[in-house]
Amino acid sequence: MRKLLRTVFLVDLIQGLWVTFRNQHPRNIYTEQYPAQRPRIAERYRGAPRLNINPETGETLCIACDLCALACPENLIVVSSERNKQTRRKELTTFTYDISRCMFCGLCEDACPVDALELTQDFELASYTREGAIWDRQMLEEGPKPTWYRY
Amino acid sequence: MPEATFLDANELVLNMGPQHPSTHGVLRVILKLDGEKILGTECVIGYLHRGVEKIGENRTYAMFAPYVDRMDYVAAVSNGLGYCLAVEKLLNVEAPPRAQAVRVILTELNRIASHLLWLGTHALDIGAITPLFYVMREREEILNIFEAYCGARLTTHAFRIGGLQYEVYEGMEKQVKAFCKMFLPRVDEYEELLTENRIWKDRLVGVGVLTAEQCKQFGVTGPLLRAAGVKWDLRKAQPYSGYEKYDFEIPTRPNGDTYDRYIVRIQEMRQSVRIIEQAVEGIPEGPILAKVGKVIKPPVGEAYVSIEAPKGELGYFIVSDGSTQPYRVRVRPPSFVNLQALDTMARGGLVADIVAIIGTIDIVLGEVDR
Repeated sequence: MRKLLRTVFLVDLIQGLWVTFRNQHPRNIYTEQYPAQRPRIAERYRGAPRLNINPETGETLCIACDLCALACPENLIVVSSERNKQTRRKELTTFTYDISRCMFCGLCEDACPVDALELTQDFELASYTREGAIWDRQMLEEGPKPTWYRY
Repeated sequence: MPEATFLDANELVLNMGPQHPSTHGVLRVILKLDGEKILGTECVIGYLHRGVEKIGENRTYAMFAPYVDRMDYVAAVSNGLGYCLAVEKLLNVEAPPRAQAVRVILTELNRIASHLLWLGTHALDIGAITPLFYVMREREEILNIFEAYCGARLTTHAFRIGGLQYEVYEGMEKQVKAFCKMFLPRVDEYEELLTENRIWKDRLVGVGVLTAEQCKQFGVTGPLLRAAGVKWDLRKAQPYSGYEKYDFEIPTRPNGDTYDRYIVRIQEMRQSVRIIEQAVEGIPEGPILAKVGKVIKPPVGEAYVSIEAPKGELGYFIVSDGSTQPYRVRVRPPSFVNLQALDTMARGGLVADIVAIIGTIDIVLGEVDR
């Protein structure tokens, strides 16, 4: 009898609708208005790579040891260096990083002994061309250009 | 009398997928139909084959770790744990207690995330759209914890061979505890929406029955096996990563139909919360990485380690020839093995049920095809 009444008065359906109704309050809005509202990115987020420079002198921190290129599973980092005749030290000449093949695993960052290569919180990596996804040393040092939205 | 034509035939062969949204990826099912009744099915897989096992032979042990995340991308942390445990067994090292506790927390959070996504998409397939939004909201909280801990949300690469790469971030315990507290009432909310709902019950009860005997024949594991009444969970049967320290139950159900599998997964989420609450209460102090050396070079030998992933038994078999690269990596993916039971479950049912059955197996095509 009780079961019949529950069936006739649609108790199970109304119960579900009540849950939906409870969640209608504006307090419960969870959607992020993405381009208008910037998402909060975690400090450890692994996004766009950056090649750190010494902020005072502008010299690169990279010692061209090639460890990041060896650690990379996809072999997408190419480091080339030249030995300075006077100081007898290796100096970085070019550094290429292919974003299009990167899976942001963070192994290059872990391998770097001087914290020169770092994965930053930048996550907007789109480019109009495939070549644009291959970042050279200048791009890595300056970081991607800020994105502007018109809306 | 005119000759019989194709249109007169009773049987109809229908292609479902690979672009069908309810196949959860790129699964193609060839259905043999008699009207609405399914006479037989055949799965065509391999649309997402990336050769992960072969890639493993060409990468060093540390380098291969990010690739395993991309098999079952919904439960990337579990995949990483299985792989790390397998290599650790080869190396004969064990992760320190602190690393083990953090591993347990993250894998159980990932189990909840995986079950939540399953619940949302399964309900969506059947026609209940609302749970998907609620489920995504809670999953977001878990992904935020992952992001804050290891810097990635989906393909996390959270663990390293021998322990962890990252120390627990400030406020992680608090955030995890807050999630547990918030999450249990939410599970009740899902149950309120679905468990007693008459449409949900009509679509699920008695659909896709798989008995315990059939489960064993197919090698089906995970919630499918537990819903058939077999109390089998690798976390209890052969504890790894310190699971023997935690107190939890294995939910089982007797009937082995789609509704029972839904109940089992809902209960499993509650049990996971129980494990997380115990683990986060006492994360031991100490190092997070065992001594494994910079270059991982296991001795000649082979190791098989299986863990209880959200979808079932996830096994890694690694053969080492003493070099820095594995000689062979074989993965036993739960989705692939469980998918075999599709034909048995669907045969004799209706076309509309096939969507419910594919949903209830909880496959991830990245893992089926590898």
